[in-house]
Amino acid sequence: MGKITLEQVSKSFGEVRVIPPLDLTIEDGEFAVFVGPSGCGKSTLLRLIAGLEDVTGGTIRIDGKDATEVPPAKRGLAMVFQSYALYPHMTVRKNIAFPLRMAKLPQAEIDRRVAGAAQVLNLTDYLDRRPGQLSGGQRQRVAIGRAIVREPAAFLFDEPLSNLDAALRVGMRLEISELHKRLKTTMIYVTHDQVEAMTMADKIVVLRAGHIEQVGSPLDLYRSPRNLFVAGFIGSPRMNFIEGPEAARHGARTIGIRPEHIAVSADEGPWSGVVGVSEHLGSDTFFHIHDTGLAETITVRAGGEVGFNHGDRVRLTPREDQVHRFDEKGLRIA
Amino acid sequence: MATRHSRSAARLMMAPAVILLLGWMLVPLTMTLWFSFREFLPLRGGDMGWVGFDNYARFVTSSAFWPSIQTTLLIVGGVLLITVVLGVLLALLLDQPMWGQGVVRILVIAPFFVMPTVSALVWKNMFMDPVNGLFAHLWKAFGATPVEWLSQASMFSIILIVAWQWLPFATLILLTAIQSLDSEQLEAAEMDGAPALKRFWFIILPHLGRAITVVILIQTIFLLSVFAEIFVTTQGSFGTRTLTYLIFQRVLESQNVGLGSAGGVYAIILANIVAIFLMRIVGKNLDR
Repeated sequence: MGKITLEQVSKSFGEVRVIPPLDLTIEDGEFAVFVGPSGCGKSTLLRLIAGLEDVTGGTIRIDGKDATEVPPAKRGLAMVFQSYALYPHMTVRKNIAFPLRMAKLPQAEIDRRVAGAAQVLNLTDYLDRRPGQLSGGQRQRVAIGRAIVREPAAFLFDEPLSNLDAALRVGMRLEISELHKRLKTTMIYVTHDQVEAMTMADKIVVLRAGHIEQVGSPLDLYRSPRNLFVAGFIGSPRMNFIEGPEAARHGARTIGIRPEHIAVSADEGPWSGVVGVSEHLGSDTFFHIHDTGLAETITVRAGGEVGFNHGDRVRLTPREDQVHRFDEKGLRIA
Repeated sequence: MATRHSRSAARLMMAPAVILLLGWMLVPLTMTLWFSFREFLPLRGGDMGWVGFDNYARFVTSSAFWPSIQTTLLIVGGVLLITVVLGVLLALLLDQPMWGQGVVRILVIAPFFVMPTVSALVWKNMFMDPVNGLFAHLWKAFGATPVEWLSQASMFSIILIVAWQWLPFATLILLTAIQSLDSEQLEAAEMDGAPALKRFWFIILPHLGRAITVVILIQTIFLLSVFAEIFVTTQGSFGTRTLTYLIFQRVLESQNVGLGSAGGVYAIILANIVAIFLMRIVGKNLDR
């Protein structure tokens, strides 16, 4: 059981307030992702939940019980660190067994749980190696193994994939999602990568400068971002923002339209521009269109085989039902 | 050193240093070996020819030999124990953020810059003097009889003085090692349910293993030849005669260069035995 509730939680380092009072509820069994640009306080928030930092004000509840003053080891949470924080002088087996040894479990039970975790994570052949002899992905799995043997109320991940190469990252992303489906334990995952957030989360918490900008499912955030920040942060490539007369025509200060919601053709459409750089991904092509008179560049997604060259004049058709409208304060107009 | 040309040039340029170092080592070593097989009494007839292994036999059978080995090992072991244990504790303490950190660290290192002779004299006269020493005053303040440190607890006193000198060295090396510990490891251990003492035992101490090895090896090299501290305090009396001091006495007080040289060769053997033992015990820490 791992329902985590933050009530008016705030954190200051000296004079600097990194997290103004905020409220947040993470339901039992939920995969929650904290996402935001670097320095937005997402890691700090995770460390507050873990108990590695003391809160300046407010209450943290785990399973309804006040855990604000409870030391980290007693909160029943397990954390996977960005650097993995494996113990270099211990074998993989001892690393994974360490929390169980600290909990003074009987040796037979420790062996059973370590073997179980090793099997789940494909580490059985590596149990007698030291972390220094493992690859990045294997170290990552050892760190996860050390977390799951404790059978915690919730897992906390602090940018766990940022030290892996791109291919391995995709693989580990799937493994962690798979693990969540199987264990059905609450997970809180911190990342600055919105692709990780979109693909893994049940609930995304978008943070900026310690503030929660929006909380919701990935598709909620994608379909109806609450403000310009979330609109720009979620989605890749990012949403096009257009101001001026075109926005006024929609009755807004700013309008946003995603690259995938603009059609590009040689001769049809209300907007026109000149093709700049085009990025061919095979499945898709992203055109950066200049000289539209709307914004500096408009990014457009087209099929992989659509061929326009640098300097071609093209016409663009936005899907009117996918235009997001924002007011002077950057808030969404419903 | 990619090409053959640059390799031979490198050899040529390193040659002076290598030759100088070799000469520095080989000349005294050869002379010691040479004299150890000769009857050489500078004030009583000079060099009087070959005597085979007589010097070696005399040195070992002397009643002072085995006690001197024991004393040497006791001083090395005692100082190592004190400096490593206190060094780890001091390093932990100095690693904590505190006001005036820079000044405190310099003060801690200061004893290492004091010459052995000077520090031994300071200890002897300012602290351990049975009449005017600070310890004597302290004892009297509590109504106790002042201890005559250098005669009643001579070994302890010398170990104390030498340890005081070497503690900064150990602290400094161990402090840098502690600072290189990844703080996430400590946090992970904290999350894993390890209280402070267990974090020290399972995480910090193993991390310090290599640094402790370096401290032990380097200190042993220097501690085997401790001399000035004994010379200015007990002059080798009250059971403080180390092998080094015994050799000194044979050569300079008895004016027997041959006998002293044989002792020197024994000192080389002792150092090597200690080195082999140390490498067996702690050397494996360096392989990681």
